[in-house]
Amino acid sequence: MTGFAAIVRRDLRLALRQGSDSTMVVMFFVLTCVLFPFGVGPEPNILARIAPGVIWVAALLASMLALERLFLADYEDGSLELLATAPPPLEFVVAAKILAHWLTTGLPLLIATPLLAILLNLPSEGFQVLIATLLLGTPTLSLIGAIGAALILGARRGGVLLSLLVLPLYIPVLIFGVGAVDAVIGGFPARTHVLVLSGILAVALPLAPFAAAAALRQALE
Amino acid sequence: MATFSGSGLTCLRGENLVFRDLDFTVAGGGALVLVGPNGSGKSSLLRMLAGLLGPAAGTLTWDGEAVTDEPDEHHARLHYVGHHDCVKPILTVAENLAFWARLHGSAATSEDRLERALHSLDVGHLRDVPGRFLSAGQKRRVNLARVVAVPAPLWLLDEPATALDRASVGRLNDAIAAHRAAGGLVVVSTHQDLGLDDPTILDLADFPPGPAPGVAI
Repeated sequence: MTGFAAIVRRDLRLALRQGSDSTMVVMFFVLTCVLFPFGVGPEPNILARIAPGVIWVAALLASMLALERLFLADYEDGSLELLATAPPPLEFVVAAKILAHWLTTGLPLLIATPLLAILLNLPSEGFQVLIATLLLGTPTLSLIGAIGAALILGARRGGVLLSLLVLPLYIPVLIFGVGAVDAVIGGFPARTHVLVLSGILAVALPLAPFAAAAALRQALE
Repeated sequence: MATFSGSGLTCLRGENLVFRDLDFTVAGGGALVLVGPNGSGKSSLLRMLAGLLGPAAGTLTWDGEAVTDEPDEHHARLHYVGHHDCVKPILTVAENLAFWARLHGSAATSEDRLERALHSLDVGHLRDVPGRFLSAGQKRRVNLARVVAVPAPLWLLDEPATALDRASVGRLNDAIAAHRAAGGLVVVSTHQDLGLDDPTILDLADFPPGPAPGVAI
């Protein structure tokens, strides 16, 4: 357990000192959402209709931004070899890195969301469920993304490849995330959507670290 | 005392055979020095011993037990120094070192143990300097201090003397000697004479690949 905490602390410290990744992710998220009123026009009803989808898609793209660096920095400076030969199992190491990644990129998105929801005129009934689905969905994005980030190590043009690998896998999370918000705004319960999102998270949580660790071992050979 | 040995080790990189049927044994307090021309597989062998690279054939045993049975146990007893120095540019030397020490399970590793490790390689004065300001030799010394800081019975050092000045090579030697005196094992690849006491030399050139066994063309 000390190893787990040590990795989370190190990655948080690295992210906070560099600062760039978290700030970049949030700025991208905010700017993308802000572009929509310019693109589709400031008609409040149209904005209210598309708000959940816009926020979810922007959050999804933003969380991809910092994904490429998840293992790349450690791979390039040799730390990954040492992490792989350290006493904690590599799956454990990967889980710790994913947690740190979510804390530095997923959590800031969540904090910026209420502001963007107001900006896009999201009906007030949808606020709580939007936050709740993002809270369930963004860790899943980090978990699935980590598999992609591990697979692209050593590949040229890894960033582009990463989007191609990971974006299709994000679609279920997107559908049920937006579906939940739309349901509540339309006056229906969002229970089913939220349960499906929780289910996806519950499956990704134990599986993704194993898949990512296997990909990392392959990359290190 | 622990014994680390390999038998019939064969290394395959892509479709190229690097070496085959390699045997070695190191006992506690022993030093195995890997020599051989570039590309003869010194680094590959060390990566194999560290568990980063699976042998195409052959087995590695620690006290008679195959290391592949318990990879985590094997990881707990080894320190590996590869080509990179893995010093994070934004973290200070002390932070870099403390992280690796904690990862090796010694939360209890007292500050002065780390301090002593830094001093044994003469990087104590750099403890609060961020990694990005270090020279190549200083980074290497920090990396070696990481190895010294937490005791582990097996040291795997790949060209540890790269970028080191003569005084530092001497300090590295002292560290290895102390490690061996405590019953530790060291496997080191090198092109220069490190001046270790009573090393066992393993020349990788003695295990030429030849034609791949059982590969149908």
